[in-house]
Amino acid sequence: MQSFTYERAASAEQAAAAVAARPDAKFISGGTNLLDLMKLEIERPAHLVDISRLPLDRIEETADGGLRVGAQVRNSDLAADPRVRSRYPMLTQALLAGASGQIRNKASTSGNLLQRTRCPYFYDRNMPCNKREPGSGCAALQGFNRMHAVLGASEACIAVHPSDMAVAMSGLDARIETILPGGDTRAIPIGDFHRLPDAMPHVETVLGHGEMIAAVILPPPPPGRQVYRKVRDRASYAFALVSVAAIVEKSGDRIRSARIAMGGVAAKPWRATEAERTLAGAAASDGAFTDAAEAALAGAVGHGGNDFKIPLAKRTMRHTLAAAVESA
Amino acid sequence: MAKTDSRSWPTRRTVLEGGVATGVLLATGIPVGAEPADTVTAAASPTPVPTMPMSLRINAKDFAVELDPRTTLLDALRNHLGLTGSKKGCDHGQCGACTVLVDGRRINSCLTLAAMHEGDEITTVEGLAEGDQLHPVQAAFVARDGFQCGYCTPGQICSAVGMLGEARAGWPSHASADVAAASVALTDAEIRERMSGNICRCAAYPNIVAAIRDAAEEA
Repeated sequence: MQSFTYERAASAEQAAAAVAARPDAKFISGGTNLLDLMKLEIERPAHLVDISRLPLDRIEETADGGLRVGAQVRNSDLAADPRVRSRYPMLTQALLAGASGQIRNKASTSGNLLQRTRCPYFYDRNMPCNKREPGSGCAALQGFNRMHAVLGASEACIAVHPSDMAVAMSGLDARIETILPGGDTRAIPIGDFHRLPDAMPHVETVLGHGEMIAAVILPPPPPGRQVYRKVRDRASYAFALVSVAAIVEKSGDRIRSARIAMGGVAAKPWRATEAERTLAGAAASDGAFTDAAEAALAGAVGHGGNDFKIPLAKRTMRHTLAAAVESA
Repeated sequence: MAKTDSRSWPTRRTVLEGGVATGVLLATGIPVGAEPADTVTAAASPTPVPTMPMSLRINAKDFAVELDPRTTLLDALRNHLGLTGSKKGCDHGQCGACTVLVDGRRINSCLTLAAMHEGDEITTVEGLAEGDQLHPVQAAFVARDGFQCGYCTPGQICSAVGMLGEARAGWPSHASADVAAASVALTDAEIRERMSGNICRCAAYPNIVAAIRDAAEEA
């Protein structure tokens, strides 16, 4: 691990200013991903600003009936919150489908959003990787790409975002509230937060240097039954091959509205808007679910090792939609 | 080849004993109030690195140490404070051998910096027993033979202690059918899912699950 200096932030404003003042500084919160990458010298900050003790660790009701989740709320506390469990069950399901009990106890809400890909070539400093070393190439394109993206990828990068939590938050239309180094704040819809790789896969979000996540705002729970389903290589403690978060609102035998997000398929939580349009007003039937799944994966491109993800994602979506409708 | 005098060879045990003695000599953490009162800096290395003073509270004892900021909590425990119960398996949070309790919550001590834990109440496997009275989870692991080589055991036990607290608080898991239910029954499927952050290379899982089931029923 490269040497660094460490400070514990006194306030959110001071933390943002401290990181903004040094291009080689980074925030650290849970550290479960950052320290792992620092040990491998993939991340090499020269200064760490510890924000884990900032008073951003509360989950509060918002005036419109939603929840404001502080950036420093631990993944396990968010998953266990009775309001989240009863009103946003797919968020709890997604959190509990990710990582291990130990890691969920440490990992923060903001850190989960900002965690980096587990692409093996990103982790291997002997291999080219445009995300780790811009311009060096992408070894995954012709390599071991079983875990990689089928949607929204580019010639420069086919890595996926590894979060389960962010997929559920995408389906819930969460907004991410940040503090800018000058003290101003802004709110970013989660769909605009992560960037697709295009030619610059090393730039993963729209955050500026020193901009710090303060909270995630969950709008009031939308009507309909919520289901999160994750398919992975092991029964537990493994990243998704494919996951689907779905909220389906029924009216009689018809679907009034649906919200669908997918994980494991792209560099960001992938909102399946075409599938949602297909389902709106349709009869709740296997045929409609199949149409939705076909629409969601219409633009999918495999790279050899991950070709199986396209039919797998379709099946997982059909299955998840059926589960949401059965109990709606 | 017949062994004529086993004592003339360094056996695994004599090497281990020597290692323990060396470890004690190298331990630089000094309990607060012990003699001498000064803190001790990290052992000299070819290129001196900047260190920072920190105070850690471990197993109800305060330690003042001066460490490189890079020091993980696990390395602080093992290399600087002589608390070698917590084990280094993968050093990447995947195996759980390093699990300790921080303010009662289980975490991977390899994935956190010692500096981040000033002011926390840290409990390692060495701090679970009350004198000679084993913690119920420790006793259950002994009774059920919940190990083979034993390397993962301190992490398994600390993880189980934390996990049982989570279950008592009604936290659901990925194995729970209804995440909104107020309480959870610790079935074997629940125990296995909740303990998935602890790997046992000897695959003593059936006995580990049995030990945790016993400890849960006893509590």
